[in-house]
Amino acid sequence: MITLDELLERDRRREEDGFKRKIRIGRIVRPGTGAKGKIIVVPTTVEEKFVHDEIAQDREPGEGEPTGGTGQGEQGDIIGEQPVRPDEDAQGEEGAGEGPGQGEGGEHEMEANAYELGKVLSQDFALPNLKDKGKKRTLARYVYDLTDKNKGVGQILDKKATLKKVVETNIILGNIPDVANIDPTTFIISPQDLIYRILSREKAFESQALVFFLRDYSGSMGGKVTQTVVSQHVMLYSWLLYQYDRQVETRFILHDTQAREVSDFYKYYSYKVAGGTKVFTAFKMVNDIVERENLARDYNIYVFHGTDGDDWDKNGKQTLEEIERMLGYVARIGISIVEHSYVGSNQTEVEKYLKSSGILNKHSSLIKLDVLGENAEDSRIIQGIKQLIS
Amino acid sequence: MGSPERQKIMELVSQHVKGIMEECKLRARDHGLVFDDETLEYVVTNRDMIELSPKVMIPTLYDYWVHDVRVLSGKGMYEAYPSNPYETVINTRPAISFYNDNNPDWLNVMIFYHVLGHIDFFQNNLFYKNTWDIDLTGQALSDKRVIAQLRSEKGRWVDYAIEFARGVDNLVGYHKELNHTIQKDTRQAMTKTDFYFDIFLQVIKHVSHNTYLKEITRYNKANDGNEDFFEQILSRYPEFEELYRKQLMSQIPPALDVMEYITRHSSFLKEAENEWMKTVLQIVKNTSLYFQPQIRTKIMNEGWASYWHEYLFMRDDRICGHEIDYARVNAGVTSMPKVGLNPYALGMRLFEHIEHMEDRGCYSFEYRFLKDEVRKKGFDLNKGTGKEYILKVRENFNDFTFINTFIDQEFVSQHDLFVAGKRFNNERMSWQYYIKSKKAEDYKDMIIDTLYHPPQISVDPSGTRNGVLYLNHKFEGKPLKIDFIENTMIGIEFLWGGPVHLETSEVVRPGQPADSFANFWDPSSPAAVKKAPEPVKWKRMVYVMENRKIHKREL
Repeated sequence: MITLDELLERDRRREEDGFKRKIRIGRIVRPGTGAKGKIIVVPTTVEEKFVHDEIAQDREPGEGEPTGGTGQGEQGDIIGEQPVRPDEDAQGEEGAGEGPGQGEGGEHEMEANAYELGKVLSQDFALPNLKDKGKKRTLARYVYDLTDKNKGVGQILDKKATLKKVVETNIILGNIPDVANIDPTTFIISPQDLIYRILSREKAFESQALVFFLRDYSGSMGGKVTQTVVSQHVMLYSWLLYQYDRQVETRFILHDTQAREVSDFYKYYSYKVAGGTKVFTAFKMVNDIVERENLARDYNIYVFHGTDGDDWDKNGKQTLEEIERMLGYVARIGISIVEHSYVGSNQTEVEKYLKSSGILNKHSSLIKLDVLGENAEDSRIIQGIKQLIS
Repeated sequence: MGSPERQKIMELVSQHVKGIMEECKLRARDHGLVFDDETLEYVVTNRDMIELSPKVMIPTLYDYWVHDVRVLSGKGMYEAYPSNPYETVINTRPAISFYNDNNPDWLNVMIFYHVLGHIDFFQNNLFYKNTWDIDLTGQALSDKRVIAQLRSEKGRWVDYAIEFARGVDNLVGYHKELNHTIQKDTRQAMTKTDFYFDIFLQVIKHVSHNTYLKEITRYNKANDGNEDFFEQILSRYPEFEELYRKQLMSQIPPALDVMEYITRHSSFLKEAENEWMKTVLQIVKNTSLYFQPQIRTKIMNEGWASYWHEYLFMRDDRICGHEIDYARVNAGVTSMPKVGLNPYALGMRLFEHIEHMEDRGCYSFEYRFLKDEVRKKGFDLNKGTGKEYILKVRENFNDFTFINTFIDQEFVSQHDLFVAGKRFNNERMSWQYYIKSKKAEDYKDMIIDTLYHPPQISVDPSGTRNGVLYLNHKFEGKPLKIDFIENTMIGIEFLWGGPVHLETSEVVRPGQPADSFANFWDPSSPAAVKKAPEPVKWKRMVYVMENRKIHKREL
């Protein structure tokens, strides 16, 4: 049986023979108990043939493909519903309602997946391990929150959980003869059935590495360019997560002619704007954040920037200044330029001024550049990561 | 056992289990199933199944890297979603089937009945006729050796040849070849009489209606009175004999399918150093043809097997004590999903429905003319011919004709079937499923839309000149999948050795839809009346592939 490496090697040879690559790296997420998903990396390929395509001929916008069904009901009845983003609704079991319980689960899941992906990237794709993880000490921070539950005593009575417990006890006692007609006045309530929330110490995070992801989201970044940047950043994040054994913090910054910080990866990935491009704003924002929050002392800081190489500042004077400033504290700056296929190669402003400034050679251990086409396959993107972190 | 690999992974079932199978065969035959005596049952692990499935379960199929990719991703899938298939049968002589070795006896009885249903289907359905006289495993093994030999000489170019051949292996003229075989048994040269009435009088002489009828009367009289009908004709039309002879000569050979055309006429393949690719093309084509009937009878084949495992097992004393276990397993296989399609379940219910309808004599004018629901429901001629009828259906139908003929409102209503629509709800950020239609016609159309139907693409001889291969896609209401066109054409260009043109239809993207204005004549009518979606407009396009570069232009 052929191995993944041999397949990728074969795919590389296709290019030499004048054919397009055909192997893509697919990911299967194994559903696990709780938030523990596992990512399995598999190769996939498509055998192209002439086949019919579906057209939404007489469908209204927003209408999906019809299929078969069975059951009672009349035409027009809604028989089921599926949330577009399942993570958000999947929670809601115990202690439903607002509070920090909700979103975190989803994020953790993404992190668990990313860790697995990072492991695969490190092992199967021979991404190098970090030689020096820096001398920064581990930071552990704690928050206090009303998350733990306790029977009998506590700070706040959890009414829903209590009621459930009371009903449970009364069912066991045979005190609810008819479930369709419950009379709460006859409930027998034991003090042990009162469920309270108590204040408890939660480890908020423990972290060694801080990664800034910077992305150009100006008008020119539409479509594949953004996808390529983002998938490279996902993989970078995964790899760092594995390298630092999950002790990684991330910050996300978008820029057009101004930079802004966003709170999570989803926003980082999906925001679009139609403005122009000033690359330096993003770097400046990172510098300001690091200075203001005094981060350089405690963290190994990584900065990755993804762009299509367009910059209003043609000779990059301001950008280079900010980068110089950054070089004083970072562990690594990685810049990915994803070229539009309509632009010739090695023609972008960012690439030109980075090269002519000599900064890449002068600080070759701290700053790396990867230039790739917008149609880059996964294997090329991974190749690029090697370049950025080598 | 042929290749060593095959021995490595396969082991026959135990004598005890084989005994169960033989017992099942006897009972299945008693109820009307027809199949060869010999069958082979092998025990395999789930992992073996994963490795076999990209090779359509033929252990001896030629090696190809895409199969390896599928195996790797199959293994990943299995790790994430372990599954435990009950059985797989392949259409070989003798029929081979694969099983897990950890099934209890009662389950094996059920599974064997299911498998015998498949085997009966393979060996009786006429769409499989061209597979009946082939030893597939033997042929595949010899093909595999040829490919291995070629690979040792030509290296990865063999894989390119396989890839490009597989790119057109859905354009292989399955129906044409089937038609050829079936007609071989029944075809007769056109008789003189047929020629005279059907062609000579109507097409060549354009005689009046009256004359035509007179001739028929004369023909009938001549037959009664034993006089020579043609004597008078020959004297009146001396050219008749000659025209008839010409007609017999001019049996037009059927047009070549794309793959055949390339094999025969490609300048590239004619070159001595490329001739070996023809062998590859032939192997890929034969393999594809072999599996065509299977793709086209999925619902019937699965339905048939499920029908029989239910029918036979329920009448088998070996079910005793396992009724509940069986009910559970059976429900897992043959229950109708609330949303989605299950070919096993649909096919089984449709066979049951057909049997029931025929038992009552519903496939008759008498029934069809009834308008009254109550009388329809009570209609029963007590024909009791349902079983014979479905045996005929399994012989003569494929999925399309099966669905198209037998899905009626009675069936759809009885099983509470409906077309499930899916639409996006913006406020709730969710997909909502709803009952779109409970009409049999809509349900039928929805199923037919899921059936395998490769595009009809043929070589246009008038456009094929100066080294250009001109392909014409017959428009059937659907466009080609655009993403796949380029790579497919690169492959064809490679095999053809020159530019390739493809004529096809594409949707004209409508411009910005005009805002709906308030109705000037009747201002009370709501402004935002939902307009019916505009009918899609089509245009003919030509894709041109030359030197591995593609461009397209409007016709």
